Amino acid sequence: MADVDSDLVAYQHPLMRQYWARLDSRFPQVAEVFEEMMAEALLVIDRPDLDAYLDAAGFLGKLGRGVEPILVFLEEWPSVVAAMGKEGHIVLPRVMDFVKAMQKSPNGKAIAPFLQTLAAVARRLQSAEQLQHYLDIARDLMTRTTGSIHGHHTTFPSPGLPQLFEQAPRLLELLSIGGLKNWVEYGIRNYSHHPERQEEYFGLRLADSRAVLQRERRGTLFADVERQLSLYLRALWRDDDQLVPYSTAFDELRKPVPYYDRLGLRVPDVFEDSGAIAGIDRYRAVLAHMVGHRRWSTPQIADNWSPFQRMAVEFFEDCRVETLLIREFPGLRRIFRALHPKPVEDACDPETTSCLRHRLAMFSRACLDPDHGYRDADLNEFVRRFHALLADGPASTAEIAGLALAYVARTRRQSDQLPKVRFEDTVIDYRDDNRHLWTFIEDSDDEDFFDDPNKQLAKESEIVGLPPRHYHEWDYATQTFRPDWASVYEALHPSGNSADIDKLLLKHAALAKQLKRLLDLLKPQDKVRIRYQEEGSELDLDVALRALIDFKGGATPDPRINMSHRTDGRDIAVLLLVDLSESLKQKLGAGEAAQTILELSQEAVSLLAWAIDRLGDPLAIAGFHSNTRHEVRYQHIKGFSERWDDTVKARVAAMEAGWSTRMGAALRHAGHYLGARKADKRILLLLTDGEPADIDVTDPQHLRADTKKAVEELDAQGIATFCLSLDPGADEYVREIFGNRFRVLDRIERLPEQLPMLYLSLTK
Amino acid sequence: MSDYCILEEPFYQPQGREVGLYEAAYAARLPVMVKGPTGCGKSRFVEYMAWKLGKPLITVACNEDMTASDLVGRYLLEANGTRWLDGPLTTAARIGAICYLDEIVEARQDTTVVIHPLTDHRRTLPLDKKGELVQAHPDFQLVISYNPGYQSLMKDLKQSTKQRFTAFDFDYPAPELETTILAKETGLAEGTAAKLVKVGQAGRNLKGHGLDEGISTRLLVYAATLIKRGVDARDACRMALVRPITDDADIRATLDHAIDSTFV
Repeated sequence: MADVDSDLVAYQHPLMRQYWARLDSRFPQVAEVFEEMMAEALLVIDRPDLDAYLDAAGFLGKLGRGVEPILVFLEEWPSVVAAMGKEGHIVLPRVMDFVKAMQKSPNGKAIAPFLQTLAAVARRLQSAEQLQHYLDIARDLMTRTTGSIHGHHTTFPSPGLPQLFEQAPRLLELLSIGGLKNWVEYGIRNYSHHPERQEEYFGLRLADSRAVLQRERRGTLFADVERQLSLYLRALWRDDDQLVPYSTAFDELRKPVPYYDRLGLRVPDVFEDSGAIAGIDRYRAVLAHMVGHRRWSTPQIADNWSPFQRMAVEFFEDCRVETLLIREFPGLRRIFRALHPKPVEDACDPETTSCLRHRLAMFSRACLDPDHGYRDADLNEFVRRFHALLADGPASTAEIAGLALAYVARTRRQSDQLPKVRFEDTVIDYRDDNRHLWTFIEDSDDEDFFDDPNKQLAKESEIVGLPPRHYHEWDYATQTFRPDWASVYEALHPSGNSADIDKLLLKHAALAKQLKRLLDLLKPQDKVRIRYQEEGSELDLDVALRALIDFKGGATPDPRINMSHRTDGRDIAVLLLVDLSESLKQKLGAGEAAQTILELSQEAVSLLAWAIDRLGDPLAIAGFHSNTRHEVRYQHIKGFSERWDDTVKARVAAMEAGWSTRMGAALRHAGHYLGARKADKRILLLLTDGEPADIDVTDPQHLRADTKKAVEELDAQGIATFCLSLDPGADEYVREIFGNRFRVLDRIERLPEQLPMLYLSLTK
Repeated sequence: MSDYCILEEPFYQPQGREVGLYEAAYAARLPVMVKGPTGCGKSRFVEYMAWKLGKPLITVACNEDMTASDLVGRYLLEANGTRWLDGPLTTAARIGAICYLDEIVEARQDTTVVIHPLTDHRRTLPLDKKGELVQAHPDFQLVISYNPGYQSLMKDLKQSTKQRFTAFDFDYPAPELETTILAKETGLAEGTAAKLVKVGQAGRNLKGHGLDEGISTRLLVYAATLIKRGVDARDACRMALVRPITDDADIRATLDHAIDSTFV
């Protein structure tokens, strides 16, 4: 379509003509709607700011990006100004600066999406300062993710930027501006080199991005208070059902409501504080309400009641259980009252709107709040009848249903059937959906079975082996955990020929003898002295002298001057974690005598297992290697309760090297087993030939930092980690990771001898 | 001997028929074992029965370091020779008192064996060091208490010891009864006492889920006493009921919430 000359647009009003000239645009699409939009703009934009507004719009029209930016701007900006209030005029230059920056970079295409959601964003943020933060975050994302080749020219537009703008209103609904910053930062850090992933991350299509979003959300997270809530259920209500969270972040059309079924109590995954009521108290209110139903509600047959009647019965029953709950714990009234909306008596016009919900909500409020101040005679009468019914005892669902039906019948109006229903102030968000209250005699006509139940079963049985366990991973750059980052698959180590191991042990027969002598020395050292005995095996000189002095001094001496001995059993659980990465295939020595590190490790592990078996300490052995974070393999070689027998030897014989070393995940998984042992001392012995590394990690510091974190976590659980490193160059990192608990073996050939020795000296 | 007598009637609220049953056991001089969680009124019951029967009561709190001679007696060295001193058990056997060994499992197992000859038909106590065989006074009776709940698996009474006693199983009283007890013991109004009991119940529900023992009646009495002295009910509950029993932040928050929900 050809450009329209400004002269061709004939505006009646001289002012309007003046505005059009100032806008200086030739798009016919703009001309079509200009008058309408100006009328809207004039309502919110002060006259002095009008020129700036029109200039900005004109500038957007001349960017060479078509009609979209200017149209969107004209349409959206008045809403932005309305949301910002007095600060509207400060915001405009900042926004235009950012638009210019986008125009200069390859990100011009993102201008329209940016303007599109700006009004919604402004409505959430409410202040110029907050909006500036938003712009800073977007600018940061833009500069750091705009692609470059050889670092010279910025050539590729940022893949995530338009996605961020698109998602911004929704994100800000869930996150504070600080949370948004963290979320964006995480995306930039982890996906800046992967355009498709980055797009998915910022489009909230990646599991990771949802997980981080969940972590950054405002309010009280279910995961943080789960234990407190189950304690609450148990302590106050003697209920111990499972609590199951549902997600509230991603369901936009229908907000899910709490409910319970035979699988447990379903509660939202997060509750923001609501006025004076903290998130945890909102959870408690939800749980208390559901407990009330579980205690006092009985299912009713729904078939003969209309939907309106059922709604009334639900409202009345909710009030009944709450009244009973408050009787039990009066403090709940404060919470319920604060969370219950307060419908205004005359807010609903019965001529045009269906007011049934509104009436019922008012009734519900009146039951909860004695100072409700409602004047309606019917309502007051029924509140009185309600309390009279509950005066001596809990009544029953059937009785309260009778009252509810009477109320509906008394207050019925023709307008209740109207399609326009007043919902304001009638949604009571701590109440569950009352699905337990109804039974239907006849099945409805709806077909509920979308899936053939047999089909699902078949799918489930396809899984072979154990499902993966997910572990978080420490990101030292952001000082946060990446949630569920590494997947650890555990499997039984394949078996080989156990005779090979016996041969190895035979080869080290001399060493075994030496070890045996050491073991015998170690065994009887666990004697404990018991002092202050009246009768014992030896005289305790210190106490005897003291008693003698007392005696000579004329005081009554202490007769407990002997001591005896007691043998104390060793209580040590050890888990030996063996690095089975590719580098173990490296050969040492030359010619016939050449051995791979793997073979040496096998010898060492065998000797150690033999020695510990003789000592009687519970020992577990596991190997690990990894192939990116999606596949960390943890191989079970020996369990704590397994003896050092042929089955275990066969597994050691089949040890093979391959892939990389993602140490943190393996350590956490090993810690998970060791943590369950009830021993005084729990030791995790790590045998490795190099530093933590994996092919999907470019920054060597990252996995080191993660491993260090894993070691700290284990330490907090009371598990001592000790590393035996075969890497001669380990000094530069091993101390950083393991503190003082490490030993670097320079002469790897001596490993078979050193590993058992190390263990003995550690546990002496 | 009058040192061991209980002069004033201790307040005891019977939970069932235990008073009559105890009297019957005493009439036959059968040894009695009182079991139950801490602070549920075991010691108070024994004290009350001693008063009711008009017999002296000798109480020994057992501990890990206690040896047999701490119970039976020992020779004391003096400047001009030695002197025999009867232990509490021997004293009780001589004067015909009720000997109450509190928390018997805390004592070492070899210690508990010395009570065996006193608890069967022999009713004698051999003092091997002194070479004397003490014949128990006709009024003598042995009572032990023991808390099966919290001790470790290592500490339990031997079957040979257990099977020498008749036993009462005590538990925290039912809510109404506990309310009466609090009201009578401290003079607190029934309404407030009932609320205290409610908080106590909440705590008891958490036994085994982070709490080793529920909130005892004794602690409830403490709280009631504080309230009676004008302390704010919530503060009193926190101080007497919650802080002593747990260091776990989640449990503390839950019980605090229970207090806030109960006292409005």
